[in-house]
Amino acid sequence: MTASMRPTPSACPACAAAPAAEKLAEMQPHDPAQIALSLPTIHCSACITKIEKALDAHPQVKSARVNLTLKRASIEAEPEVTAQDMKELVEGLGFEAHELDAGTLNATANDRAGRELLMRLAVAGFASMNVMLLSVSVWSGAADATRDMFHWISAAIALPTIAFSGQPFFRSAWAALSNKQLNMDVPITLAILLAIVTSLWETSLSGEHAYFDAALALTFFLLAGRYLDHRTRAIARSAAEELTALEVPRATRLTDTGDEEIVNVAQLAVGDLILVRPGGRMPVDGGITQGTSEIDRSLLTGETLPVFASEGQAVSAGEVNLTGPLTIRATAVGADTSLHQMADLVAIAESGRSRYTSLADKAAKLYAPGVHILSALAFVGWYLYTFDLRTALNIAAAVLIITCPCALGLAVPAVTTAASGRLFRKGMLIKHETALERLAQVDTVVFDKTGTLTAGTPELTNLAQLPRADVELALALAQGSSHPLAQAITRAAREAGIAPAQVTDVTEVPGYGTKAQLNGQEVRLGRASWTGAQGCAETATFLQNGDAAPVAFVFADRLREGAAEAVQALKDAGKTVYLMSGDTTSAVEALANRLGITRWLAEALPADKSSRIQALTDEGAKVLMVGDGLNDTAALAAAHVSISPATALDAARVASDIVLLGGDLSPIASACATARSATRRIRENFRIATVYNVIAVPLAVAGLCSPLIAALAMSASSITVSLNALRLR
Amino acid sequence: MTILAYLIPISLFLGGVGLVFFVYTVKSNQYDDPEGDARRILSDEYDDHPKR
Repeated sequence: MTASMRPTPSACPACAAAPAAEKLAEMQPHDPAQIALSLPTIHCSACITKIEKALDAHPQVKSARVNLTLKRASIEAEPEVTAQDMKELVEGLGFEAHELDAGTLNATANDRAGRELLMRLAVAGFASMNVMLLSVSVWSGAADATRDMFHWISAAIALPTIAFSGQPFFRSAWAALSNKQLNMDVPITLAILLAIVTSLWETSLSGEHAYFDAALALTFFLLAGRYLDHRTRAIARSAAEELTALEVPRATRLTDTGDEEIVNVAQLAVGDLILVRPGGRMPVDGGITQGTSEIDRSLLTGETLPVFASEGQAVSAGEVNLTGPLTIRATAVGADTSLHQMADLVAIAESGRSRYTSLADKAAKLYAPGVHILSALAFVGWYLYTFDLRTALNIAAAVLIITCPCALGLAVPAVTTAASGRLFRKGMLIKHETALERLAQVDTVVFDKTGTLTAGTPELTNLAQLPRADVELALALAQGSSHPLAQAITRAAREAGIAPAQVTDVTEVPGYGTKAQLNGQEVRLGRASWTGAQGCAETATFLQNGDAAPVAFVFADRLREGAAEAVQALKDAGKTVYLMSGDTTSAVEALANRLGITRWLAEALPADKSSRIQALTDEGAKVLMVGDGLNDTAALAAAHVSISPATALDAARVASDIVLLGGDLSPIASACATARSATRRIRENFRIATVYNVIAVPLAVAGLCSPLIAALAMSASSITVSLNALRLR
Repeated sequence: MTILAYLIPISLFLGGVGLVFFVYTVKSNQYDDPEGDARRILSDEYDDHPKR
């Protein structure tokens, strides 16, 4: 249904305020479908052409375009094409694909702030190059009337440019000053304005030194840093928003006459009857009024075993219905559901994280007052020494220009852009601006089990010990079912090359299992109580063939790709690895042994997890939490830094700093290494910038700094800092 | 030095042409997928006539 949405700019302010309403209003049958897919694994030109060719070959696709930078495909197609079709088509080519909500994407597609910055950057670049040409002639010996003319032309270019390009700094500085605070933009603004004013004054008196080129180069370099910073954040933000678009918030409501209607989850009310089909997620809290099934609660509690559900039982929003259709009557909707109440824990834990001050902020706090004091001292000193306002002001301006944080403004964004680009190519999305710095400090890693270290899909473990005839029979019973355990049997048996036995009358009994007739006898595959077996501690399903003793099929949760490598690499890097899960002790212990994790905690409630992490933090550990479920959300927010996979629940992704886009866990270890080297580069950059200042500031204070020296120091430090950032490997 | 009367306007004009051209490239979405565009030139597929 998402496929047929095409948001158009709405003139109605109410629609803008309630995008959901607008989306529903837009659901007209004749709109061409705009489909967006997230493709986390594409990386080269061959991937682009392969996907585009396959999509274009589809008869109903009008156009398809792959964006490698955003790892996304946008498809325009006939209205009847669904995103699901496209997703399957791309997955058939061997690429991972996720459906995205085209409506949410379009809202962020037009990055106006970014374009505005780019435009200001271009104008500043154009002007500074022209003024630099004029300045070079002045430095190489133009004198008298020629010099004055060059200065006036420079002024004519510089003034409008500064007025246009400098606006972001002026605005930010004004906002800080009106709050009686100092930020990095205050010295920048002061330097630019002072440079312009003294240069104009000098020019009108036919003076020798004008700083128009410096003012423009300053604006250009700082805007470059600003733009890099913005771009990294904009990509992360739009991708984070597209992840929230992964879950399409629709539900099937039953009307009084018994008809089904598809509605937005936001429109559900207490007392509504809602139909949840197998594979669907409960949109609200409620009680089952009709149907039997099994429900998967792993995202909420971390349990891997499906739970039996029948009439009268209560279900919570976020649980997944597995086998039979269920009709539920809503008892709590929206913010009142248990899903949302748990998400509230996050808000409490999150307040702790905002205490982290980024390296850039720390530098700015030291820097801004220092520069102002230095410049003021230079002014006062020279005024008292010469009693000449013009000389004193010139020197104060020179000091401000020399110390202006060009290199500092580039030091952090250049490195974070390089590092986040690198991590994005590996399939990691940095959501929070200080996440990299915090990731670099991590010494303890806490993993959740279900859905994080394990894929959440079971795997048959005792196939080799089972009689072949029983496996054939089980395959015949299991192959038609969508229950995860049945699918695991089917997968394992097919891989072993086993053919199904001949049975008749296969029927699935939702909530219990599958039964069929074999030679006039009933055979059953399902839960222990239904097949007359004794339950066991592990995840198991049982096959009952007539009067023979039931045979157990035992399952273990399948490890997620790269899980073992990630744990091993983190341990090799000297980090302490913990496993915390809401699952049973035996299941957690088995997995911990399999991965060689010695510290684990089983049957943990959400509050246990977060308090354990709090305790670790109090002991001085910097904790990285990796988790996906709702039961991890509070822990994710409580940790120093957190990572969640793209398959995680909305609330968990919101609470985490970094999102893993692909299914593979192995980038986690290398991300820690990248983060550490990025932080090292940032510190190096600060040192480089400081060295330039230490050399140039005494010259400026002594009044020996010409515009040429200022231009050289500024450009050289900015370029060194950028090159140093590119060294990041 | 009269040559400056020609050269300075000419250099400003040429720079301005560059600026206007850059503004055009920004407006026509040419920086949306820098990485993809860099790879596309390596492919033999011409995609300047999209399927309609």
